[in-house]
Amino acid sequence: MSHKETVSRTLLVAFLVCIVCSVLVASAVVLLKDDQLKNKQLDRQRNILAAAGLYDGTQSNQEVGELFNRFELVLVDMETGLVATDDVLAAAGVDISKYDQRKAAKDPSLSIKLDSAEDIASIKRQARFSQVYLLRDDGQLESVVLPVHGYGLWSTLYGYLAMEGDGSTVKGLGFYEHAETPGLGGEVDNPKWKALWPGKLAYNDAGEPALHVIKGKVDPASADAVHAIDGLSGATLTSNGVSNLIRFWTGERGYQTFLQRVREGAI
Amino acid sequence: MKIREILLEPIFSKNPIALQVLGICSALAVTTSLETSIVMSIALTMVTAFSSMLISTIRNFLPSSIRIIVQMTVIASLVIVVDQILQAYLFDISKKLSVFVGLIITNCIVMGRAEAFAMKNPPIPSFLDGIGNGLGYSLVLLTVGSIRELFGAGRLLGYEIIPLIENGGWYQANGLLLLPPSAFFLIGLFIWVLRSVKKEQVEAPEYRLAPHVSAKEAV
Repeated sequence: MSHKETVSRTLLVAFLVCIVCSVLVASAVVLLKDDQLKNKQLDRQRNILAAAGLYDGTQSNQEVGELFNRFELVLVDMETGLVATDDVLAAAGVDISKYDQRKAAKDPSLSIKLDSAEDIASIKRQARFSQVYLLRDDGQLESVVLPVHGYGLWSTLYGYLAMEGDGSTVKGLGFYEHAETPGLGGEVDNPKWKALWPGKLAYNDAGEPALHVIKGKVDPASADAVHAIDGLSGATLTSNGVSNLIRFWTGERGYQTFLQRVREGAI
Repeated sequence: MKIREILLEPIFSKNPIALQVLGICSALAVTTSLETSIVMSIALTMVTAFSSMLISTIRNFLPSSIRIIVQMTVIASLVIVVDQILQAYLFDISKKLSVFVGLIITNCIVMGRAEAFAMKNPPIPSFLDGIGNGLGYSLVLLTVGSIRELFGAGRLLGYEIIPLIENGGWYQANGLLLLPPSAFFLIGLFIWVLRSVKKEQVEAPEYRLAPHVSAKEAV
């Protein structure tokens, strides 16, 4: 056995390699953390602005920040469907500025388990509080941006649904994270398809959720046309997934009560 | 002369993907657009070069019983550093590359060069060998990435080159090119062209059919 093959030598080399590598990795993580957080935040802000139709891809990071600052963040309590008051938040131990909805959806104390009949979007649990963004112009509610998610064909689609200040007309829909088939289900990102959403009505005259994606093209003459969106060709399951998640989030377990309050002008 | 050889040989003569057929997995996954291919190529070249250099530096102290795990540790650390840098400075691209940056750890090219070259050569040549093999990998990735983005989406680096029918042009995008199997076809074609030019890369057939035996001899 040569000199470098002894047990003590092996342990020493292993130990030193571990120390050097862990210092390298740890310092990279610590030094770059601020920039990464900034990026994540900026990305989320861009997505929210894009859903509300305010981001066209040309604004600088600073302009995005300024535009975003016009939005007001409220947490909607999904149990009551109303904006959570400070007391409710304090009782649940939630700090509005640090709240992370996606993390909360996995935390049993901050989320609601859905039974299979209710769970049409196949998300199993939903966070008790939803981060809703309100944009006001001269005190008048201009848009409401609602986080939505649900299962498509391969993956959970995460996105934002923006509504006009009337609480019923869709302003835009955009997904910021999904892994659907590129070219087929991935066309949910296609600007042409997204352009079909603005102007549609989420609720019918009776106040029931009515927005849905159909198979094929919408006949503009049909009575249903204001509630229906063209399906994506070759992507029936993704289209169904989008339809289900919209139905879920505009429904009873979603923002129906909250949007009703918006329609009544109470928000 | 020697440096030139170490640096340039892996590009055409000993291309890691085309000749050794290593690192195919990421070549299929990240080549849907040219931009992701470029970033992945740079990331892999950096990791291969620096891991080869570091491993070569400690090769004389490295007990052979733990050499593989030490190589893995060095490679994994460098990959995490690259991933963190991408998340900090190229966030959009790091989102598109998702897990594939992390999967450089398991890319056979990196470990293959560490084991085959860096363990036997001094640090500087090992570094150059890493760069060379990274360039060989990049050549294939960039070729495949350009073809897939150009004919699959009518664009290059996000700029429209061929106007698509959907946007009022004449070209119907080929959806197959956006799916992973198309990269198999393209890499196959790449290897075919390369081996037609460089005949010495053609492998000897594994067996040969014997000529027909005449009836008389068989009796």
